[in-house]
Amino acid sequence: MSAGRDAGGGNGAGGSAGSGGAAGRVSAPATRTVTNVVLAGLGGQGVIKASDILADAALRAGLDVKKAEVHGMSQRGGSVTSDVRFGRKVLSPMVPTGEADFLVVLAPSEVEVTRPLLRPGGVLLAPDLVPEGELPNKRSLNVALLGALSGYLEIPPETLLDAVRAALPERLHRVNEQAFALGQKVAARQGTIR
Amino acid sequence: MERQLLSGDEAVALAALHAGVALGTGYPGTPSTEILETFSELGGRAQWAPNEKVALEVGLGAAFANARTIVTMKHVGLNVAADPLFTAAYTGVAGALIVVSADDPGMSSSQNEQDNRRYAVAAGLPAIEPSDSQEAYDFLFTAIEISERWHLPVLFRMTTRVCHSKSIVVARDAADRQPARAPHFEHDIAGRVMIPANARPAHRRLRAKLAEIAAWGEDCALNRVEPGDLSLGIVASGVSYLHAAEAEPGAAIFKIGLVNPLPIERARAFAASVERCVVVEEGDPIIADSLRAAGIAVESKAEMYRFGELDVARVRRIIAGDVTAEPAQPRGKPPELCPACPYHTVYGTLAKHDCIVAGDIGCYTLGVLPPYKAMDSCVAMGASIGVGLGLRHVLPPAEARRVVSVIGDSTFVHSGISGLVEMAYNPPETGHVVLVLDNGTTAMTGQQEHPGTGRTLDHGPTNKLSIEGIATAIGIGSVTVIDPYADPEGFERLLLERLAATELSVIVARRPCILAAADIRKWEKQAAEIRAGASAQEAFDLPGGDE
Repeated sequence: MSAGRDAGGGNGAGGSAGSGGAAGRVSAPATRTVTNVVLAGLGGQGVIKASDILADAALRAGLDVKKAEVHGMSQRGGSVTSDVRFGRKVLSPMVPTGEADFLVVLAPSEVEVTRPLLRPGGVLLAPDLVPEGELPNKRSLNVALLGALSGYLEIPPETLLDAVRAALPERLHRVNEQAFALGQKVAARQGTIR
Repeated sequence: MERQLLSGDEAVALAALHAGVALGTGYPGTPSTEILETFSELGGRAQWAPNEKVALEVGLGAAFANARTIVTMKHVGLNVAADPLFTAAYTGVAGALIVVSADDPGMSSSQNEQDNRRYAVAAGLPAIEPSDSQEAYDFLFTAIEISERWHLPVLFRMTTRVCHSKSIVVARDAADRQPARAPHFEHDIAGRVMIPANARPAHRRLRAKLAEIAAWGEDCALNRVEPGDLSLGIVASGVSYLHAAEAEPGAAIFKIGLVNPLPIERARAFAASVERCVVVEEGDPIIADSLRAAGIAVESKAEMYRFGELDVARVRRIIAGDVTAEPAQPRGKPPELCPACPYHTVYGTLAKHDCIVAGDIGCYTLGVLPPYKAMDSCVAMGASIGVGLGLRHVLPPAEARRVVSVIGDSTFVHSGISGLVEMAYNPPETGHVVLVLDNGTTAMTGQQEHPGTGRTLDHGPTNKLSIEGIATAIGIGSVTVIDPYADPEGFERLLLERLAATELSVIVARRPCILAAADIRKWEKQAAEIRAGASAQEAFDLPGGDE
């Protein structure tokens, strides 16, 4: 499935593709001051790079931020997840299971495996959200999904783009800016933002 | 005040640089590896040792000479370094010696989840445990102060989450940093030559120092009370403190940073000030047991929480006393040998001939997974050779002849060499075959150099150890080098021939790691240029060049 509220979402939207038609910015409940993002995929897909970029953007936005993942065996093509938490004050570096506000998944095989990490009403951004044919480079799916995520966040998209550019060599900037814009476009088309 | 987003490992490296650490040494091991790599990148002097024992000894020597040193390893590495560690507690140091032990609760990339706080208790060393990157940075300065004030090595205990999580660090102003100490040597025979006559008073000195540190530690800034609702008090250390603070935002917390010796009296007062006091700690119940032994009424976690990492949800369960079954964690795709790994052929051959494989630690341990399932044991660094020999000694000859020891190049240098000496010294009747998978790098931990690559930590050229040369020198009768990827049939023929022979055999299966191959070519080219430049300079400097 693509971007859409998970089953049990706050607006009663179902979990199937394209059903996330609820208007309004999806944000963390007012009682919480921390935004929880989990990024998932397979080793070599750029999950860690994407979470580095997101965490750097939060830092640039003046927020407290923590990021956690497990290295090591994940280098060998296995499942990788990375937690990024940001807000006024972050304590534990790990997103508690079932409390992710956003789940960004780069590999189709990892969607169902990681779905329990999402809170009820949280937003799933799955790889099929981005039409592969429109992606300027297959390896920039991670940045495209960050573009899709950007519309939901308090962090300005331009700050995220600054972090993208800081994390990549200059020759990759153009391709990734395009991927980011594509992600923004498809997420908006999906209708979950504004 | 510049805010930087750093991992705990990076924060330790930055602190080492700012605290005037003159030498960093260690052996790669997840989750500790990035400390020395970062220290080197920042301009510090960092080097890989062949194993943790040697690293600790090099660090100890430098600290005898008044320098500040840091020695890094993963938790199981401290087992290898334990021999010098225990007696270094007796000798003490002139400068500073910080031993970083990176533990891996939950075993994200390890063969056990031992809790190395126990080493601090067993060896009698002060131990410090940070919770996040800022503390990793700040506490390293404190560790050095303790090491210099009491002339003792200090154990700096981290865990996977603290090492690899990134959080914000504000570094000290330049004025508050430490310049390096000037190394010099002073004789201290009674203090450092641990013959029994010197070691007996040394042990008493150690215990006296620990008593002083315990008294100092009660009020030190490493331990702090965070006031809260007195109906619940939590005692916590390391990353568990952060989970607990999130799980119980209203609770009073006694946060312990000096985990040995523990601040017993302050814990006693804290526990007495709250209605209910729960110890939240990952791994073994060391703080809880110590406080209870001192007669302090605290609750410990249920036994089920000894296993694996803690997180916010588990801490909530601990505090609620919930011992019902936990929800299963999502299980993703396991790691596997890279599709283009040169060792598919090797494991295919071992599986095809139903070999009994004594395995070892590294990427190649993944040969245990389907489709090959070609590994029968994996215990410790270098253990493949000893275990293979033991199997050979007692198995009936037909089975014994199927036994092969499989070990990687970095692992061979780390602790396989003494196994090979044992093989030559006590050869099994059926002979034995040791297969060294030499992919030219320490691949599993992220492609670090080792003595067999001929390059140092920063990839510059140095002396190169020859695995086949060592095997020959030890007295192994048959030593062969082969590329199993280029010549799979030849490899299979060779393996079958050596298994049939009663001679001792070492087969070096050499082919660069597919992930490292391009970098290795680049570094080799750079190294050749440096060597060429050096010899040109040498020619220029020859006689006559000297006034």
